[in-house]
Amino acid sequence: MEKIKSIEELRKLREHARESLKVRSGETKVKIMVSMGTVGIAAGARDTLMAIISELEKREYHDAQIVERGSLGLDREEPVVAVERDKKTVFYGKVTPEVAREIVAQHVINGQIVSEWVIAKE
Amino acid sequence: MKELSLNILDIVENSIKSGAKNINLEIEEDNVKDFLVITVKDDGKGMDDEFVRIIFDPFTTTSTNKKVGLGLPLLREEAENCGGGIEIQSEKEKGTIVVVKFKHSHIDRPPMGDLASTILTIIATNPEINFLYVHKVNGKIFKLSTKEIREIVGDTAALRDVTILKWLGDYVRENIKTLYGGKENGKN
Repeated sequence: MEKIKSIEELRKLREHARESLKVRSGETKVKIMVSMGTVGIAAGARDTLMAIISELEKREYHDAQIVERGSLGLDREEPVVAVERDKKTVFYGKVTPEVAREIVAQHVINGQIVSEWVIAKE
Repeated sequence: MKELSLNILDIVENSIKSGAKNINLEIEEDNVKDFLVITVKDDGKGMDDEFVRIIFDPFTTTSTNKKVGLGLPLLREEAENCGGGIEIQSEKEKGTIVVVKFKHSHIDRPPMGDLASTILTIIATNPEINFLYVHKVNGKIFKLSTKEIREIVGDTAALRDVTILKWLGDYVRENIKTLYGGKENGKN
């Protein structure tokens, strides 16, 4: 049986995090905004966020910050994810975990907008 | 909502929107006494009695407050149909306590679902909040305090790091599984 994780392991991970935090001085290159209102949650925003974290971790990408954003009033488009990169914000609608992984790989890391799921830009 | 863990996320998100800096989530489950109680306590801006009444009525909810508590009327109905109910105590500028009770064995009680993802979502989107999660199942207990974790990892910024978040998610998932005697989400 796998040994249960101990909170002590976190101390070791801290050093790892320090390294990646050192790289970015202040602001991260990318901001990923997920709206976590009632409608978003019911539409699956939690699992979308889990996919984003897991994909960022898998690709060892540390230059993105996840922030919560209030509902945009686009209830029918939930879960809504916005990516702020290169001074532009792109809003994606109906973001399933699968689409979220694609957005991380293409847009967050490589700067290529995934046009198929874009609902607005600013 | 299909899972109680999604309702929990919804309630905690209401606390966050109310400007809470400290949020305590306590879940207590007892199969012998046959209850499941979820308590969310926050130090947000609170609500007056009128507002508490309004959030339970989806038909009188006005556009200015429709973003708050939308999920509560349905949750109340579910809890009442399962031998339980909801109580809200709130005081302006002091905070709010939401208590949701279910008869644990009730056939219509929604499953807990993916609670670990709910906990990680709360931490990942609001790392600066002091979030305390206490879960008791038949006398066994698991506690997680983001205040303590912040002390271990150094600062709030480290709590935004995906390596640390991923670890925390796995850590919570393992401990919940242990609480449920090796089952992922308490299902038989």
